[in-house]
Amino acid sequence: MAYQSDGMVEKSGASRWISHAIMILGVLFIFFPIWLAFVASTVTQADIVRPPMPVLPGPHFWENYKAALFSGVNVPVSVMLGNSLIMALGIAIGKIAISLLSAFAIVYFKFPGRKFFFWAIFITLMLPVEVRIVPTFEVVAGFGMLNTYQGLILPLIASATATFLFRQFFLTIPDELAEAARVDGARPMRFFWDIVVPMSRTNIAALFVILFIYGWNQYLWPLLITTDPSMNTIVMGIKQMFPSGDDTANWPVIMATSILAMIPPVVVVISMQKLFIRGLVDSEK
Amino acid sequence: MATVDLKDIKKSFGKVDVIHGVDMEIADGEFIVIVGPSGCGKSTLLRMVAGLETITSGELLIGGKRANDTEPMDRDIAMVFQNYALYPHMTVADNMAYGLKIAGMPKDQIKAKVQEAAKLLQLDHLLDRKPRELSGGQRQRVAMGRAIVREPSVFLFDEPLSNLDAKLRVQMRLEIKDLQAKLGITSLYVTHDQVEAMTMADRMIVMNGGVAEQIGTPLDVYERPQTIFAAQFIGSPSMNLMDGRIDGGQLKVNDVSLGPVDTREGDVTVGLRPEHVFADSAGVLRLNVHQSEPLGANTLLHGTLEGKAFTASLPGVHRMPGNDRDMSLNFASENLHLFDPKTGKRI
Repeated sequence: MAYQSDGMVEKSGASRWISHAIMILGVLFIFFPIWLAFVASTVTQADIVRPPMPVLPGPHFWENYKAALFSGVNVPVSVMLGNSLIMALGIAIGKIAISLLSAFAIVYFKFPGRKFFFWAIFITLMLPVEVRIVPTFEVVAGFGMLNTYQGLILPLIASATATFLFRQFFLTIPDELAEAARVDGARPMRFFWDIVVPMSRTNIAALFVILFIYGWNQYLWPLLITTDPSMNTIVMGIKQMFPSGDDTANWPVIMATSILAMIPPVVVVISMQKLFIRGLVDSEK
Repeated sequence: MATVDLKDIKKSFGKVDVIHGVDMEIADGEFIVIVGPSGCGKSTLLRMVAGLETITSGELLIGGKRANDTEPMDRDIAMVFQNYALYPHMTVADNMAYGLKIAGMPKDQIKAKVQEAAKLLQLDHLLDRKPRELSGGQRQRVAMGRAIVREPSVFLFDEPLSNLDAKLRVQMRLEIKDLQAKLGITSLYVTHDQVEAMTMADRMIVMNGGVAEQIGTPLDVYERPQTIFAAQFIGSPSMNLMDGRIDGGQLKVNDVSLGPVDTREGDVTVGLRPEHVFADSAGVLRLNVHQSEPLGANTLLHGTLEGKAFTASLPGVHRMPGNDRDMSLNFASENLHLFDPKTGKRI
């Protein structure tokens, strides 16, 4: 083709303007609440309560963010951020490790009940966390894991989705590769580490992004099993900041916390995006 | 370097018998080609030697030692796969070094060996590339290099050239043969291409339906095919077959007498290669030509002879003034092959 079109459909001047206008409008619409939250985190409590609501940032940015990070309402936000980070990383890494191994077992080993195990894993896809939350709580409480990182992470680690995804990917790796490795003298786990894991790295990166956000956004589960404020994660912690009864909410600090809570997932998405776009560009096979 | 002995090797997948017993003794340094149509069990046979398939019954000896239950890595073999099976995320050097690395060889030794093999295969300037940056022929060489660096006793090739274009195939064929002769490593080479089999093999196994139809040198198979299948599979175009009869010491096809023979009386299948007939106005064979294919060096004439399809290959350009013409052909009686029509075996 002599020219490059920007998308699937070639656009003339007018329709290009219109489509951009619509998209910009959409972005403004979605960003407005976030913008308001940011504005609210830079003004004083008094400014927020007095109508009309400010729409331009105020001068109290550092003050509010310092208050949020180092003292918070119940517990400093830095502690909650740390808890969330540990939980999200634990869940993402744990899920990837376990599903890589189980997919490897299901694809490369012929053992009795292989089909059964695969389908057993697959069926758990059909039960959302909420359905099994009471028995899960019972088990975690029984092990004395309330208010611990293990309690936060372990019940959420098993992942049928990731197992299924890796299984599908492994099935596309040619058998000859496994045979070549066997002839080269690689035992199964060696083959796993040297060949399978490096070849899966783009899949791992993509899954890591999704799972990190999944872990970061956990709300119900941490709410149930952490009673100690120092174990709160940030997403549920925001809720805990709302006062009960007649106390007034400290809106600037709560809003600062909300903004802080968004930063790590955004950082993960942006940094990992580079990695898996690179992975997609130099696709191998 | 080692001998390989196959003793009545059989393979079945469930109730289906794929290989019905192959016997062969392969001498040290010999180049053996296993040739046959697809589905004849040739790859399965190779994979059993490699240890990638279990042996249902029979015995496999490598270097005189029973290897039936030995893991592939302990058989001292190296294998080159049809689609090369290079590790896509490793450089050429790493691909070649992987087996040695697992074996725990010191790094500087590995490097020296990889360098040496790379030089042999003219890959020295490509060592830092990834497989996807290489052409088909280069990938093929890397796969060879991976096999060479391990200095195995036995090389196994599973249709290594079938993914290359025709010209490159001819070149790689020569290179592989050359390399094998230089290194003197016992080799088993699977192919469906009879030209590869003829040109490369010290001895070949012609397989069909899980049976070794004939084991012998290429010329042996060409000159004295033991079965109708081997006769037709080796040689291009295929050998012509005619229904004949021996009556009172005279070989006859219909009413045409092909001369005296001293074997059993009765029905026979007569085989005659296209290149073994020549134009001769006094010849007894009358070919009704339907089509001619001039190839330059020779001309293929397709037609019917005594009611059956027959192809003649005559040297040089042979202009036929129009189709549907009769021409007389002759042959030397030592080029006639006689087979038992029931068993397909040579008489």
